[in-house]
Formats: sequence, C-alpha cells, structure tokens
Amino acid sequence: MKLDKIISVLDAEILCIVKNKLNSDITKACGADLMSDVLAFVQPDTLLLTGLTTPQVVYTAENAGVNVVCFVRGKKPHKETVDLAKEKKITLLVTKIPMFESCGILYKNGLMGYSEISKQ
Amino acid sequence: MRDNVITLKPDDTMNDVRRILRDNKISGIPVVDDDRLVGIVTIDDFIICLLEDGGINEKIENRMTKNVVTVYSDDPIVQVVCKFDRDGYGRFPVIDRDTKKLVGIITKGNIIEGLLKKLEIDYHEEEIHRYRASHIFEDVISDNSTLILKYRIKGGDFKKAGEQTSKIRKNLLRLGFLPETIRRVAIAAFEAEMNIVIYTPEGELVAKIQPDKITVNAIDSGPGISDVKQAMRQGYSTAPDWVRELGFGAGMGLPNIKNYSDEMKIKSKVGNGTNLQFIVYKEGKSSK
Repeated sequence: MKLDKIISVLDAEILCIVKNKLNSDITKACGADLMSDVLAFVQPDTLLLTGLTTPQVVYTAENAGVNVVCFVRGKKPHKETVDLAKEKKITLLVTKIPMFESCGILYKNGLMGYSEISKQ
Repeated sequence: MRDNVITLKPDDTMNDVRRILRDNKISGIPVVDDDRLVGIVTIDDFIICLLEDGGINEKIENRMTKNVVTVYSDDPIVQVVCKFDRDGYGRFPVIDRDTKKLVGIITKGNIIEGLLKKLEIDYHEEEIHRYRASHIFEDVISDNSTLILKYRIKGGDFKKAGEQTSKIRKNLLRLGFLPETIRRVAIAAFEAEMNIVIYTPEGELVAKIQPDKITVNAIDSGPGISDVKQAMRQGYSTAPDWVRELGFGAGMGLPNIKNYSDEMKIKSKVGNGTNLQFIVYKEGKSSK
C-alpha cells in the first residue's frame, strides 16, 4: 500500500516526511505501545502504529528499521520528538482514529500482519 | 530557478531599465504584457540605446528582443543545461507549459547553486565520513585492530535515552558494517542503554569494534541484579509504572538483548553495579 493511500484512509496529518517518500510502498504494519515488543519482533520497513509519543519511539523506529510511525487517537508528540524524527529521517503521521480502528482500516485495505506474511 | 521575477511592461522606457539593472544587479529583465512574456531586455540593449540620441526615453517594446528563447518549468535540468551550452544565452525565462505565463527565470548561477546545495546536504558530508571510516581497518596495519568507543549515560535522563546507541549505530554505518549486523547491535545496545537510564544513576556503553565482531559492554554503578536468572525470564520486571508508561520495563529488555546477540554475559553484584556484555559477529552465529 502506498504511503499516500495510508495517509488518506487514516485521514492522517503529516508531522514530518522524508522527501519523495509519499510514493513508497508499505506492505506490513504493527500496532504496539510497548517499545520492547517492537524491538523484539518488528521487521524492517514496517509501519508502526502507536499511542506513545516519546523520543524513544523515534529511537526504537531507527533501531528496528521502521521508516514510518503513525500516532493514533490524535496524540501529537512534543517538538523534540518531531525534530528527532527529522534528523533520523523517519516519517511521522498522526490520525484522530483510535488504535483498534486504525489497524482495522489498514487491514481492510490490504495491509498484512506478520503471521500472514510468514505463512506466504 | 528564481521565482518572484522582476519584470517590465512594453511601454516602460529604457530609463526604467537603467534603474532596475542598477538597483538589482541583474543583467536581463523579461518584458511582460498581461502575464504573457513578450520580450526580454538586457544590459546589451541598454548600452546600445545609450549610443543613440533619445534612446534612453524610448519605449522598451522598440528595443527589446522579441523572439525570446524560453524553457518550460517542467523541463528536465539536463535539457536546460544543454540549451545554455548551445545557445550561449545568460538566462532563460521560465514559462508554465499549460498557462504560457511567466513563472520564473533561470541562470547558470541558479543551476550551479542548486547542484552544490544538493551535493552538500544530501550526500557529500556523510559520504565522505563513510568513505574515510570504512577503510580504517584496511589502512591500519596490525595483526589485530580494535576500535574502542565509549559513551557515558546519565541515569533518569529520559529525554536523551537512546542517543548514545544512535551514535554507535551511525559509527557502524560509517565503518561499513552490513545493515542487519548493525540492526542487531543497535537493538541490543538500545535495550542496555534503557536499562541504565531506568535503573541506575549512571553508566557507560563501551563498544569494542573489530573487523569480524562487535562487543558491547554496558557498565553501570546501579543497585545490581540479585537474581540474574530470574531477570532473564521474559516478562519478569521490577520497573515502576512510570517506566512502563514510556514503553519499556515489561521484562523484555534482557531477553531481547540475548535474542539479538550471539553471546551474552551478565556480571552483577548487589550494591556493586552490573556489567552486561554482548557480542554480535559480523557473519552472524544465530539465524536472527
């Protein structure tokens, strides 16, 4: 699913974006508020949905190889988190839609979870 | 290109040309009638008009070049560069392909400026660092070269928790390690850094880098771990709630470090702090 499609189905606002990435393809997503969980099982090039807005989300994304993070339920991070994301070249989005529904919308639109990808 | 172009109208005079050339230190001005480009007047046209009686009061439309060579705003830069080379002009007015209106002006200077900026920002600096650093192990002659990098970590400083791992990560990239190797080191180091920030007053990360492996020691002066075996169990945690609210402290840290590294050791004594060591081999011992 193209990033611009994700932005439109979640009606998301772009907080910062890496140049020319709107057209990039994202095939998998995960929703988590526990960063250790993200570090434990997330594969590179995943979209991360989270309700956590600390700078550690950006560090987690950087270390786990996550390029796009979407904050759910309208939670906007502080400027320092956004600045850090710009520096680390990580795209940040925010949607007003809550976590469960955000995941559902993306799933319905064709994004897959890991258990299905591993079956393929 | 430059937008916000300074323009003149066909019935302005050559006197206006003088004023604009002087005030703006430019060498050519597009002449526009109702947003449409109708000509261009340059410093050459001005010099010629000075040589003729009354030339300075003449209308621009009698003096300007009418068949102007232009480029479209969506033309590739390469094509514009070729055009400069072929036609020998100093500037091209830029026209919108659909509306045919003047939208900007481009000079050779604009192109060079743009290219330099792009080189500088996107590429140059990091590429040079990477090039220099990636040869370090080849350039240094020895039977065994080791690079040791130390990073101090302040306990409780959540704003900066993760910063030191980020530096280690950047260095490993510059040294030319593979992304998967770097990912494993970075995830393990990040968890170790978080542990120091969460549980201890201070500590350090020491990364010992060799061509074939990376050894990281996370050393702290904290309370120590009373039962290492229990601490290694997934889900076991002594973290207070505020740590959990930050997305950590769910008893995943040490198991994560173990999973992503090839070897892991913990030396800890209650009251004497902890020394956690993990090793990641370049070729990878585990399948992770």
